[in-house]
Amino acid sequence: MAFVTANWNPLGEAFYRKIELYEMGWNLKDGLRECLVAAAPYGGPIALLKGRIRRSPSARPQLEIYSSSGLPLASFPWKSGVVKQLGWTVTDDLLCVQEDGTVLVYDLFGGFKRHFSMGNEVSQSQVLDTKIFHSPYGTGVAILTGALRFTLATNIDDIKLRRLPEVPGLQGASSCWAVLTQDRQCKVLVANESQLFILDNTACTPVTPPGLSPEASSIVHICVSFSYKYLALITDSGHVWMGTSNLKEKLSEVDTKIKTPPKQMAWCRRPKSQQPSAVVMWDGLLLVVGESKETIKYHLDDESILVPELDGVRIISGTHHELLQEVPGACEEIFKIASMAPGALLLEAHKEYEKESQKADEYLREIKEQSLLSEAVRQCVEAAGHEHEPETQKTLLRAASFGKCFLSNFPPEQFVSMCRDLRVLNAVRDYTVGIPLTHTQFKQMTLQVLIDRLVYRKLYPLAIEVCRYLKTPEYLGVSRVLKHWACFKVQQKEESDEVIAKAVSVKLADAAGISYSEIATKAYESGRTELAIKLLEFEPRSGEQVPLLLKMKKSPLALSKAIESGDTDLVYTVVMYLKNELNRGDFFMMLRNQPVALSLYRQFCKHQEQDTLKDLFNQDDDHEELGNFYVKASYKEKRLEARIALLQSAVDEYYKAKNEFSAKATEDEMRLLRFQRKLEEEKGEPLVGFPLHETMTMLLSVGLHKHAEQLYKDFRVPDKRFWWLKLKALAEKEDWEELEKFAKSKKSPIGYLPFVEVCIKRHNKFEAKKYVSKVTPEQKVKAHLAVGDVEGAAEAAIERRSESEISTVLSRCSSTTDHLLMERLNRAKATAAKK
Amino acid sequence: MAQTERRDAPELPDFSLLKRLARDQLIFLLEQLPGKKDLFIDADLMSPLDRIANVTILKQHEVDKLYKVELKPIVSSSDQLCFLIRPRIQTVKWISELVNSDKTAGRFRRYKIIFTPQKFYACETVLEEQGVYGDVTTDEWNFYILPLDDDILSLELPEFFRDNFLEGDQRWVTTGGSALNLLQSVYGSFSKIYGIGRCAKMVYESWRELMEQGEQRTRQPEFAKVFLIDRDVDFVTPLCSQVVYEGLVDDIFRIKCGSVEFGPDVTSSDKSIKVMLNSQDKVFNEIRNEHFSNVFGFLSQKAKNLQTAYDKRRGMDIQQMKAFVADELKGLKQEHRLLSLHIGASESMMKKKTKQDFQELLKTEHSLLEGFEIRECITCIEEHINRQVSMIESLRLLCLLSITENGLLSKDYRSLKAQYLQSYGIEHLLTFANLKQLGLLEEQQAGETLTVMESKVGKLVNDKTAGKLTDAFSSLAKKSNFRALSKKLTLVPKSGEEYDLRVPRDMAYIFSGAYIPLSCKLIEQVLERDGWTGLEEVSRMLNGQEFAVTGGSSSSEARTKTDAQRIVLVMFLGGCTFSEISALRFLGKERGCRFIVLTTAITNSARLLEAFLDNHP
Repeated sequence: MAFVTANWNPLGEAFYRKIELYEMGWNLKDGLRECLVAAAPYGGPIALLKGRIRRSPSARPQLEIYSSSGLPLASFPWKSGVVKQLGWTVTDDLLCVQEDGTVLVYDLFGGFKRHFSMGNEVSQSQVLDTKIFHSPYGTGVAILTGALRFTLATNIDDIKLRRLPEVPGLQGASSCWAVLTQDRQCKVLVANESQLFILDNTACTPVTPPGLSPEASSIVHICVSFSYKYLALITDSGHVWMGTSNLKEKLSEVDTKIKTPPKQMAWCRRPKSQQPSAVVMWDGLLLVVGESKETIKYHLDDESILVPELDGVRIISGTHHELLQEVPGACEEIFKIASMAPGALLLEAHKEYEKESQKADEYLREIKEQSLLSEAVRQCVEAAGHEHEPETQKTLLRAASFGKCFLSNFPPEQFVSMCRDLRVLNAVRDYTVGIPLTHTQFKQMTLQVLIDRLVYRKLYPLAIEVCRYLKTPEYLGVSRVLKHWACFKVQQKEESDEVIAKAVSVKLADAAGISYSEIATKAYESGRTELAIKLLEFEPRSGEQVPLLLKMKKSPLALSKAIESGDTDLVYTVVMYLKNELNRGDFFMMLRNQPVALSLYRQFCKHQEQDTLKDLFNQDDDHEELGNFYVKASYKEKRLEARIALLQSAVDEYYKAKNEFSAKATEDEMRLLRFQRKLEEEKGEPLVGFPLHETMTMLLSVGLHKHAEQLYKDFRVPDKRFWWLKLKALAEKEDWEELEKFAKSKKSPIGYLPFVEVCIKRHNKFEAKKYVSKVTPEQKVKAHLAVGDVEGAAEAAIERRSESEISTVLSRCSSTTDHLLMERLNRAKATAAKK
Repeated sequence: MAQTERRDAPELPDFSLLKRLARDQLIFLLEQLPGKKDLFIDADLMSPLDRIANVTILKQHEVDKLYKVELKPIVSSSDQLCFLIRPRIQTVKWISELVNSDKTAGRFRRYKIIFTPQKFYACETVLEEQGVYGDVTTDEWNFYILPLDDDILSLELPEFFRDNFLEGDQRWVTTGGSALNLLQSVYGSFSKIYGIGRCAKMVYESWRELMEQGEQRTRQPEFAKVFLIDRDVDFVTPLCSQVVYEGLVDDIFRIKCGSVEFGPDVTSSDKSIKVMLNSQDKVFNEIRNEHFSNVFGFLSQKAKNLQTAYDKRRGMDIQQMKAFVADELKGLKQEHRLLSLHIGASESMMKKKTKQDFQELLKTEHSLLEGFEIRECITCIEEHINRQVSMIESLRLLCLLSITENGLLSKDYRSLKAQYLQSYGIEHLLTFANLKQLGLLEEQQAGETLTVMESKVGKLVNDKTAGKLTDAFSSLAKKSNFRALSKKLTLVPKSGEEYDLRVPRDMAYIFSGAYIPLSCKLIEQVLERDGWTGLEEVSRMLNGQEFAVTGGSSSSEARTKTDAQRIVLVMFLGGCTFSEISALRFLGKERGCRFIVLTTAITNSARLLEAFLDNHP
């Protein structure tokens, strides 16, 4: 414990410390010399390209990928073009920018994923310099071409190339530059001798850092802080200028007195830093510069690189991996020599308590008197988070726990979550995993991303453990990891389909929210169609299976799955796909076996493609439907000839369907149409298209009785119908003479009551009366009443001795006028009732 | 007798919430197209839309002019066109043509299509095929349910019936599922689900899937039981003439989206009046479920009461008069207005319905239901066709005959069909083909000798015994389902007994005591038995597909007899009639529970049969 401050160095108000993270596990003969190195931030992987400078034409450079602790992840000889720059994306993919502007993308294990080009202009003028940067929009690539122009892509997953304006007077690559994100735009800051320019989409603006010492004749290095908020420059006079990246404010300027240009420079800040500071590296020397005139000097034994982080700088050399950072506030408070901060006292108190010394109480009392105990606990917990050594962490947490005992309502969340976080962090910092995350970085990157990182490294068991330990909701945590695992599993070529399918289903069985179709897609993409089909079987939502099945050209299966899903839109998608994919015959055949799909397609055809509908029926030999189809078509057709032709087709189809009734009916219709046309031509009456009944009515109403008769005979119209029809038509015309003739022509099949009623309806009592006598006895009463002849009705009713009829008549009598009649009726009613 | 509510009747959930949800979403969608715009609305969406958001609200959200979609070229000077439509191919095609003609004319406009209740892939395909996919934006207005009344919810999808049952196009199934899901998410989960029919089953499946995808909510349910029923389970009921007031109004004046337009003959003035028919209308609320024969008496009593209320004015001092004018007069005036309207309507209906024809029609119907005097019925129908009384009515009787008799004899079938074609034209060949497809109007197949034998026996023996014989035979026969069902569930009360329509004894009162609607009887039986046990034979005769599932919320099991347990949601797939709703209201009163009807649309015999006509005006 006493050694905690051993590696602390003061600079101005603050302290800086350099912690060793790992002793590198790799075995590099020449260290990092002559290597192209790229290390991903947040403790990500390290890529090395060795042997770039060819010693013999046959020697190829070697690309190697290591974890942060130097454990090899991949290694392969580089066979493509000359690499200018390596870099990592936010999703742990390796970018290799070639001289010709082609960018190759590899995964963590050296598997080639894809490549893309930075445009013609770049490939023509070649790449001079490249920077790979991260912004809220993803990972970007910026290129300075041989033509001294900048080309930029903000997000490599959605490439939109931008060519930035020309920089006046820029000559050669000796100048330095940096990418920064400002006002939701990526800009390039470029120095040309002592001039500084900001390039954005439209303009090249000259800028001057406020208060830059005039001794400098040129800027030799620029670096932007991790958050893009700050900017540091170093000039050929050895001055380091630090300020805000909008160049509005100067924070400090320090003279390093070293005139050689540095190899690398990086910001060394953390959120809530006490002072701005940068790390500048030369051969064998590392300098921390801050606000004061003093600097911290570290000696470097070996070729190293700096990796800027959110809260410090990592230094990677051929043998070691270190973290240089400003000592966080809480740690400083507690461990600073002779500190009287509450946290420091609490730590002391706990130490004494362990020694079973009464001094513990004294210390505690001192804190409590100032009522700073909860502050003390908080400090200890926070400091524990910033400490790298588990031992130190434990000591601090124990002290915090001890202090908590004397507090009644101290919220436990901070303590508990810190314990959990540290457990996870210690696990991933482990040498075998090699992700040296600080607590600040962890909080910034979130657990989700950490799990992704673990998954990219195929550390599935660890990822699942972490999820379970931190109680992440299943669909966000364990299920996601399992899905990735399964996607990886299905790509393992050496195992058989059955084994893999079984393994996957067993592992994933009870995990919530697993999409088997996604896994199956992976299987298909790696060329294992059979496995994909097997996996799809596990997918409970049949709708999800369809798109992949289609992609795999398993159309019948896709169609039946779509139908199974009950989602007609999906069925429709498949049907439309099949329609374009298959030839007509096969397409129809397939529909034939799937009634649901067939009726859907029919619905569509009805509105869009009438002819296809016909073909469909034809294919099925569905003559009945074909007949119906033609009938329907016929009454949409205006021209008579065409109409009759369509009906003829319908007749043929009906005969084929052995539906004689419909065939005959249709033939009748054709006959009727011809008849109507003939008559229309002769008499000029518009008749075509009306039903038989209407036609006859019309003929009768214009007095063409003979023609009506002809139809009556030709179409075997039932007598009753004809009588009703003629009766109505004549009455309508008030052709009473003809009506009488008609009544006498032969015995009416509908009786004569309708005659009476029809006349009354036309208010012709006189004519009505003519027919009353002809009415059958049963209807006599009604007939008499209809013409208003109460007495006649009474007569008939009495004769018929029907009680109900007598009552009907009675109800129509008025007591004033038909007094006598009523008496008679009542009497008759009585007798009828007796009987 | 006015049907008063039982005092212990459970409270119904507040369905106005559904309207508010729909309105908010619509406004949100309209705001997605900022600035002035013209709105084109599908004709059949006009009335439902009016219930949700009136013109003022639309104007507030920058709708400039409103047009009805007529599938014709448009005259609009607006630069932004918004279409609020059902997802139909013709409409989308029309819009595509519009966009294309604007394009050729070099006119630039913004187009937005809002599909309701959802969009279909087929519609998007049309946009794509017509090459306008990129020119229009599409959206969905998830307006699934329109509350027509306190206890009637409607999807307002009349085409559901034809699409689903006749064309075999199941795309509306998901809509049904979504509607249930919506109800569940707003009003809590259901504890028990019953159903019968293929479509019912599919709707249930689709809903279950939605439920599994969505988050589980365990809140106090507002109704616990659901019954899903396909329209094709029971075609007889909607084919019968309605004689309960509300049904009769629908049959004669056609209630549209909960409102009806009374013509000059009703209003006794020269203009038509649109009236909302729901429980807010106090007069209507009291007579809606009454048999028509009681309505007049009730109305005249009401008129007398009203008069007395008015008469109170006499002998009032100034103070009382002031109070009267302030408190009562407005209510009385309102009631007066409504009363005179309903009296007018009743008179007009009376004129139409007491005619000889109607009486005979009813008699024929009842004979068909009972299975007596079939020959006479056929003659009657024949005359009906020959005299061209009404295209739809004739068809209705034919279907009723066929269903109750399990198909027509070949000879009858052909002759009736031929006559019908002579009356109404050859294109009805298609209508007949459609009716045959759904089994509404069929020819008995040779070999079905039993029914042939029946009719022969029927000629020899007098009709009543023949009826009994039919019953005996039908239990043997494979398909004679209506008779057997009727017997099994005693749908047709014994004839000869007097039925006092003033004091209804069972649900048969809605058909003058002649027939208990099969659909409602099924619901009654299943609820009583809490499942299908004991009804195996019935469900077999109805082609099976029945189910009873206990829902997700098992916690609600414990709270038996809460209000929610006594509210039953009945979903009719393919429409239901007002008579059925009246019957369910009656049943609810008897059983001390309440029914909420969720239907794809309100139907009646005419609407049902019109769905079978092919492109007929």
